[in-house]
Amino acid sequence: MPTRPLSPHLSVYRMSRYTLATSIGNRVTGVALSVGLLLLVYWLIALAGGPPSYAHAMRVLASPPVKLIYAALILCFCYHLVAGLRHLVWDTGHGLERAQAQRSAWVVSAVSVLLALLILYRVFAGGVHAP
Amino acid sequence: MSLRSPLGRVLGQGAAHSGVRHWWQQRLTALALVPLAAWFVVSLLALPSLGYATLSAWVSQGSTALLLILLMVVSAWHSQLGVRVVVEDYVHARGARTLTLVVTGFAHVLVVAAGAFAVLKLALGRPS
Repeated sequence: MPTRPLSPHLSVYRMSRYTLATSIGNRVTGVALSVGLLLLVYWLIALAGGPPSYAHAMRVLASPPVKLIYAALILCFCYHLVAGLRHLVWDTGHGLERAQAQRSAWVVSAVSVLLALLILYRVFAGGVHAP
Repeated sequence: MSLRSPLGRVLGQGAAHSGVRHWWQQRLTALALVPLAAWFVVSLLALPSLGYATLSAWVSQGSTALLLILLMVVSAWHSQLGVRVVVEDYVHARGARTLTLVVTGFAHVLVVAAGAFAVLKLALGRPS
């Protein structure tokens, strides 16, 4: 292992800052979505397997623990999407001042939660799991 | 004193010798995923049901199959780039890091191949 300091410098960060939470949140939700890709592919493979295998997969997906997992994945998806857009804006060199970054941290959090609630409402109240 | 050669400094390449390629690929896949992911979510929510008949008919459409495969390829590519950085940041032991990178790399390829195969099977399969 090299002896020079390597990023990320976990010991020097001020962990209580919400701007730090929005940054690490993007990474955490990204990793969660990587795992979530498995769920999408599982669903498509079950569909390609024909009606019995699809019915089985839908029963698995409708079980409460799995519902909780993909409800969390929907939240991760919305957050990663909106926070990712913020990163793309940053990459153009805009919005990097401290006050702007603090403001956009709140905007990203609020917009992603609202978007997730909208999708969750459509998924769970819109009849996808209704008989 | 810097140990980097003047040429290396001019080319802007760090110790990874690959310059900014990883950074660009991560941004471009992110950009491509914005419309792809929006299409996926909106289309799914617009379907009348998620029953077998409705969903298999939807996936069998050429445009859906194409966009689904693109979504999976670009998602997995973006995911692979991101997971790689996370592993490089947090897994410090050399052997474990290499092994994790190889395993996650293979896993991404396997997931895309399986997903694409499922979509193609539906889209190209003989209608029953």
